[in-house]
Amino acid sequence: MATVRPAAEWELSNLILAAAERGKPVEIMGAGTKRGVGRPVQAAVTISTAGLRGVTLYEPTELVMSARAGTLVSDIESQLAEKGQMLPFEPIDLGPALGGQAGRGTIGAVFATNLSGARRVATGSARDHLLGVHAINGRGEAFKSGGRVLKNVTGYDVARGVAGSWGTLAVLTEVTFKVVPRPERTATVALFGLTDDLATEVMCQAMGTPYEVSGAVHLPQPMAQRLLTPEFREPGKAVTALRIENLASFVAYRCDKLRENLAPYGKAEVLGDEVSRAFWGELRRLSVLQQDSRPLWRISTKPTNGYRVVEAIRRYMPVDAFYDWSGGLIWLELPEAADAGASDIRRVIAQFGGHATLMRAEPAVRSAIDVFQPLEPGVERLTRGIKSAFDPAGILNPGRMYAAI
Amino acid sequence: MSSILLPEPNPDILARRDAIIADLKALVGADSVVSDEDGRRAFETDGLTAYRKMPLAVVLPQSTEEVSAVLRYCHQNGVKVVARGAGTSLCGGALPAEDAVVVGVSKMNRVLDVDYANRTAVVQTGITNLAISGAVGKDGFFYAPDPSSQLACTLAGNLAMNSGGAHCLKYGVTTNNVLGVKMVLMNGEIVEIGGQHLDAPGYDLLGFIIGSEGQFGITTEATVRILRAAEHARPMLLGFASTEDAGACVSAIIGSGIIPVAIEYMDKPAIEVCEAFAKAGYPLDVEALLIVEVEGSETEIDDLLARLVKIAEPFKPKSMKVSSSPAESAKIWRGRKSAFGAIGRISEYYCMDGTIPLKQLPRVLTRISEICGSHGLRVANIFHAGDGNLHPLILYNANDPREVEKAELAGADILKLCVEVGGCLTGEHGVGVEKRELMRHQFSETDLLVQMRIKSVFDPDWLLNPAKVFPLAERVMLENAA
Repeated sequence: MATVRPAAEWELSNLILAAAERGKPVEIMGAGTKRGVGRPVQAAVTISTAGLRGVTLYEPTELVMSARAGTLVSDIESQLAEKGQMLPFEPIDLGPALGGQAGRGTIGAVFATNLSGARRVATGSARDHLLGVHAINGRGEAFKSGGRVLKNVTGYDVARGVAGSWGTLAVLTEVTFKVVPRPERTATVALFGLTDDLATEVMCQAMGTPYEVSGAVHLPQPMAQRLLTPEFREPGKAVTALRIENLASFVAYRCDKLRENLAPYGKAEVLGDEVSRAFWGELRRLSVLQQDSRPLWRISTKPTNGYRVVEAIRRYMPVDAFYDWSGGLIWLELPEAADAGASDIRRVIAQFGGHATLMRAEPAVRSAIDVFQPLEPGVERLTRGIKSAFDPAGILNPGRMYAAI
Repeated sequence: MSSILLPEPNPDILARRDAIIADLKALVGADSVVSDEDGRRAFETDGLTAYRKMPLAVVLPQSTEEVSAVLRYCHQNGVKVVARGAGTSLCGGALPAEDAVVVGVSKMNRVLDVDYANRTAVVQTGITNLAISGAVGKDGFFYAPDPSSQLACTLAGNLAMNSGGAHCLKYGVTTNNVLGVKMVLMNGEIVEIGGQHLDAPGYDLLGFIIGSEGQFGITTEATVRILRAAEHARPMLLGFASTEDAGACVSAIIGSGIIPVAIEYMDKPAIEVCEAFAKAGYPLDVEALLIVEVEGSETEIDDLLARLVKIAEPFKPKSMKVSSSPAESAKIWRGRKSAFGAIGRISEYYCMDGTIPLKQLPRVLTRISEICGSHGLRVANIFHAGDGNLHPLILYNANDPREVEKAELAGADILKLCVEVGGCLTGEHGVGVEKRELMRHQFSETDLLVQMRIKSVFDPDWLLNPAKVFPLAERVMLENAA
């Protein structure tokens, strides 16, 4: 199988145009760190955007950056850090959980997959901060949407619609996004030993306070034992962690108020800047997940239903899980099973609402089951329509999200 | 204003008017159909009052099912539909057509569910923007997007236009604050998209739908994010001798790492009019005024404002004043939020809505006064400085047709300028009918084709909110390219 790395947008659009004319499917990827997610793509040619590199615009005082799609997230983050800024949505790094290395992902893929980290619950996801794109659709047409200003409603919001489409609608060649200042100080208010249901109450209550909690996660004891940050691992109990970030002089006050507010649930501890950055940093890399081939699911549901979903799944199979987004995002590992547990998990989702995506499994399993949540008929019709508007010949990552889409 | 062409109504539809009205009455009841001339006149225009068209009929359904029945009927009979919230659109987004039925959602205005633990509310979309915050305010929560028209405008309209407001620098715009919608497609099909969970299962259909200017379907319910309000908020006023100083100060504030909830900018003409109207205590001896608001505990606010004073000092502010009481804060905001009304008392005005990179502010403001000056028109500028969204208000005499035309020409030149310097035609008002023909200045033919093909997915016959958003000729291009 051939991998091509075009170095310019025109080269990329020529490749896709040629593929479209011949009706030959192509696999689209950045650096390939998330290649193992989705149904395996059957294509003779892989096109990587990794050759399109470099930050093309950075205006720190306008909170905006543009970068060509193949630019490494790690490069972008170091440029931002030089100016005391960061990506607002703390993208997770799936590399290690999928058997690869950390720090290899590209910025284009971050938006193409809309995978956001813990901060999403407070300040929004990757797609929320996407301001504009340049892209090539499945017809080989180069187009743009959005722009480089923070507020823009000129025409339909195609950029946001293309975000999260896993390379099935268009290949992003350049992305423009909002950036934010890095907080001066980070602290974590942590409660140890809570059950999942109580932890959910704590997280939801904390998110409803005015202290701007910017992360709310719960790791049940077996997951907490895999943490690398000793201050969180060594108590040997479940960890419920709430992040407070701000100017240094504000953080202490906010932590105190939050502890007071949560007093009925037990004595909360406050962990300082360095420890907190280590803890939230390892969560970004999903360090508590096993680095093997056992099925890994990502479930999104309303926060108060998260632990109920896990409880219900446990009636069918033993699972390890942890909760992000105030309980609304579940990372779930389970033993090998013929269908990766899909039928039971989807039955539970049907009862509680939300959706489940199989993030890791053997290719044979991923070919056989619905990796992404099956769609309601009305939504499926719109989905097919949109696919066909962008890629009528069905050549871009065909079948990756849904069979025959 | 009349330079924008509206298509000729379809004579077949006009000829069938009585039958169509009878059918609509049979579907939703006579009480929900407005067909007499006086009744319809209330719907003939929106916030862009220069354009008026009497609709064929107006339907005000009371449920999603009624909306569905009406759309299915119109679809089967080839009748165009214009969706309407409160009709506050400044770009003619809700302008009717003589051969179209207006479907208004104003009767569907209830809060269906409030869920503080999950920080969401489910509402019918005819609810006003401010009423959502009103429903949860007693418990310390609010709905973040706050367009100036928030007392009147509906969530349905906000969803259609992806509305912003003064506080989106921190809290984002409509699309960042909505998790789900129930929507009726033109063929009558009801689809539910999203819910209380925080991301989409497949394609981000909400991303496509929000900001689609009522051309994809009619939303009847929405799940919105409600946020816990900060403990306190307080604005300060900073007056400067020049635009350059004020612009540089905004850059310095953002560069310092402090993101205020709002940074509003007013130029001298705007300050004078707003101060005369609201007695907000704005300084009158400055060229540019910033209203900067910060949030937190009282101690935190004191700290932040002290930092802002220090950041501003190198730019030699001619006046600096921190609000000392909630009453004073309210006055400061009343001045700003009533700016459009206050200016409207002294003259007719044409409100523009481009966005520009902040760095370009001095150059753009100079060019704006040159453009307006060359047409013999005055202009006042109001600017959401934090996010670059500029509202030049071009003053003109509505009784002088030549001046009306000049205002339109000047407005178009200003928007082209915004695009030229790296910005866009519209930051929060939408394209509607007003900026339809300017779209070619921002987008290539391919860019427009990509958008129009999505329209065809949701509404293949192009019956919803016709003759808006895209240059009229582009539709032909789509058919040739398809």
